Amino acid sequence: MWTWFYRLASPPYVYGFVGPAIPWLLAAAACLIGYGLVAGLVFAPPDYQQGDAFRIIYVHAPSAWLSLCAYTTMAVAGAIGLVWRIKIGFAVAAAAAPIGASFTLVALVTGALWGRPMWGTYWAWDPRLTSELILLFLYFGVMSLRRALDDAARGDRAAALLAIVGVVNVPIIHFSVQWWNSLHQGATVMKFGKSQMPGSMLLPLLAMLCGFMIFFVAVLCQRLRAELLMRERLAVWVREAIRT
Amino acid sequence: MTVNISAAAAVILQRELLLGFRRPDQLLQPLVFFLIVTTLFPLALSAQLSLLRDMAPGVLWVSALLASLLSIDVLFKGDADDGTLEQLVLSGVPLGVIVIVKTLAHWLVSGAALVVVSPLVAMALGIPFGAFGTMMLSLALGTLTLSWLGAIGAALTVGLRRGSMLLSLIVLPLASPLLIFGASATDRAITGSGSAGALYLLAALCVLTSTLAPLAIAAALRITLE
Amino acid sequence: MSAPKELAADQVHLWRGDRHVLKGVSLGIAPGQMLQVSGANGSGKTTLLRVLCGLMRPEQGMVTWRGRSIREDPMAYQADMAYASHEPALKADLTVLENLRFAVGLKRHIEVAELRSILIRLGVAECEELPARALSAGQRRRVTMARVVAMRASLWLLDEPFANLDARGSEVLLQLLDQHLSGGGLAIVVAHHEIGLARAASHLELAA
Repeated sequence: MWTWFYRLASPPYVYGFVGPAIPWLLAAAACLIGYGLVAGLVFAPPDYQQGDAFRIIYVHAPSAWLSLCAYTTMAVAGAIGLVWRIKIGFAVAAAAAPIGASFTLVALVTGALWGRPMWGTYWAWDPRLTSELILLFLYFGVMSLRRALDDAARGDRAAALLAIVGVVNVPIIHFSVQWWNSLHQGATVMKFGKSQMPGSMLLPLLAMLCGFMIFFVAVLCQRLRAELLMRERLAVWVREAIRT
Repeated sequence: MTVNISAAAAVILQRELLLGFRRPDQLLQPLVFFLIVTTLFPLALSAQLSLLRDMAPGVLWVSALLASLLSIDVLFKGDADDGTLEQLVLSGVPLGVIVIVKTLAHWLVSGAALVVVSPLVAMALGIPFGAFGTMMLSLALGTLTLSWLGAIGAALTVGLRRGSMLLSLIVLPLASPLLIFGASATDRAITGSGSAGALYLLAALCVLTSTLAPLAIAAALRITLE
Repeated sequence: MSAPKELAADQVHLWRGDRHVLKGVSLGIAPGQMLQVSGANGSGKTTLLRVLCGLMRPEQGMVTWRGRSIREDPMAYQADMAYASHEPALKADLTVLENLRFAVGLKRHIEVAELRSILIRLGVAECEELPARALSAGQRRRVTMARVVAMRASLWLLDEPFANLDARGSEVLLQLLDQHLSGGGLAIVVAHHEIGLARAASHLELAA
């Protein structure tokens, strides 16, 4: 068990291990997302209230979900790095941050586009979108902090700590924004009625969700490989990996 | 040889307060900043008291947030620059105790002072006297919570030459729940619609950060001092 | 060299970014011994001292104090140790006496009279009520040494204590070191020139 654990923590092993997996992951993600897009955008029935506008949910909901997933991944990987002093944890955290921020941005943009037909304006301080915006700020903070410290190892650790502090805060922020919204605007317009959604709508959504997650893992692996090459640029194995 | 922790804590508290009073301008600047920013809003919006009263909780809380954040920047920086932070860290006193005492001392000379001058601002913004108690209580809880959050940011950016912008970038998103509950408590006290709920939430946040933040601050200092 | 080594470092490696700063440094000193660390600029003398006092954590190897890793019980180790860095570690707004009272007061209770006698010994008694900002570099160095002495720690870690000291100051410092060592203390001193100590001192030269 422990030898496996430590082998998993060795950069050259990880570099070699995740490389071949990337094409398979990308293929699986492409299949799932392809099915989800076709089934969701073409075959699913229009919503009885929102018409075709609801279809943006097939991009918006998975992005919003992944934005949280990526943040948690970043915090957990950072915590592993901090607690066990495993460098690969920091590499994963550094690789996950920009991907998560991108998903957050996609969720914000699609949410605003959805808001146009729903509320007649792109931005109506919807609680979900507001939380998402604060999440984007948290990503910015972690990424800037990592870059600001001149010593890369310290930057990694500081960013990991901030990500952990952020993870404790995310539910609090989410709750407080909900509470704030109920105070000022009454019930929210955007509701995902889990029970009412028919299978023909729900299935493509689940496919998109899985597809996005696998896509995230694939991109994470790719970025992790780049991150490892950069971090271990003086190591012998990197020179060998580049030569071949 | 071991260290007497309560005696050491008393020594640190004495040191922080003495340093604070040797540099009164550092204490006054955030307060003056608080007064100036709250003056800007009527200039930018309107001098009508009825309109200002609707905006008052938000104006008060945003200004308090920014003022506290400005002052927390120096919490560890001064000690880091002259090397006394290293001496504190190596003194044999647990780092958690050091950061708790330092942060509380900082709150005493900045946050508490802000609470004391807040009625002045409140009066100028047309907040009725009846709401002063709730407003001051909410500000006291809020500035203390913000001191903990700000101390995390200050510890993370202590080695940076120009860290104050980054500090705001890090801490402000974390402080958003604080702003929501605090402004709402003040608002409800003005309109008289029961502010207990918001105050309880604010107190809960304060207890939560008071317990967890010292761990994070100590860990952050260990990282940035290396 | 029969006495047991109280402070020991074993194959300490440390990287700073891409730079391999400490390349497997090992050392050990027993009570009453002094180790002088020297080496070119950038050879990692200060880094070594920071590792020994526990501020920096080596990536490989470890530092032990009385047979236990200093990571195991850092508070007990720190209570036994006094570290003087490049910076004098004085608050510019506090007087010399206040500075010392707060710095030493963290470790042990100390009376003002005792602090005064240490300041007299170091020849800076006349500045005790001056704010630290008014002191010259040499006076600051003396006050720093007063702090180290007042802490009554068994282990002294001194980073270039002779810098900025005049002949008289260096002489006092030598006396203090000698007294500390004959009382069973240990010292690791970073210095460029030969320290003219009566007793034998071991020497560690760091390669750049």
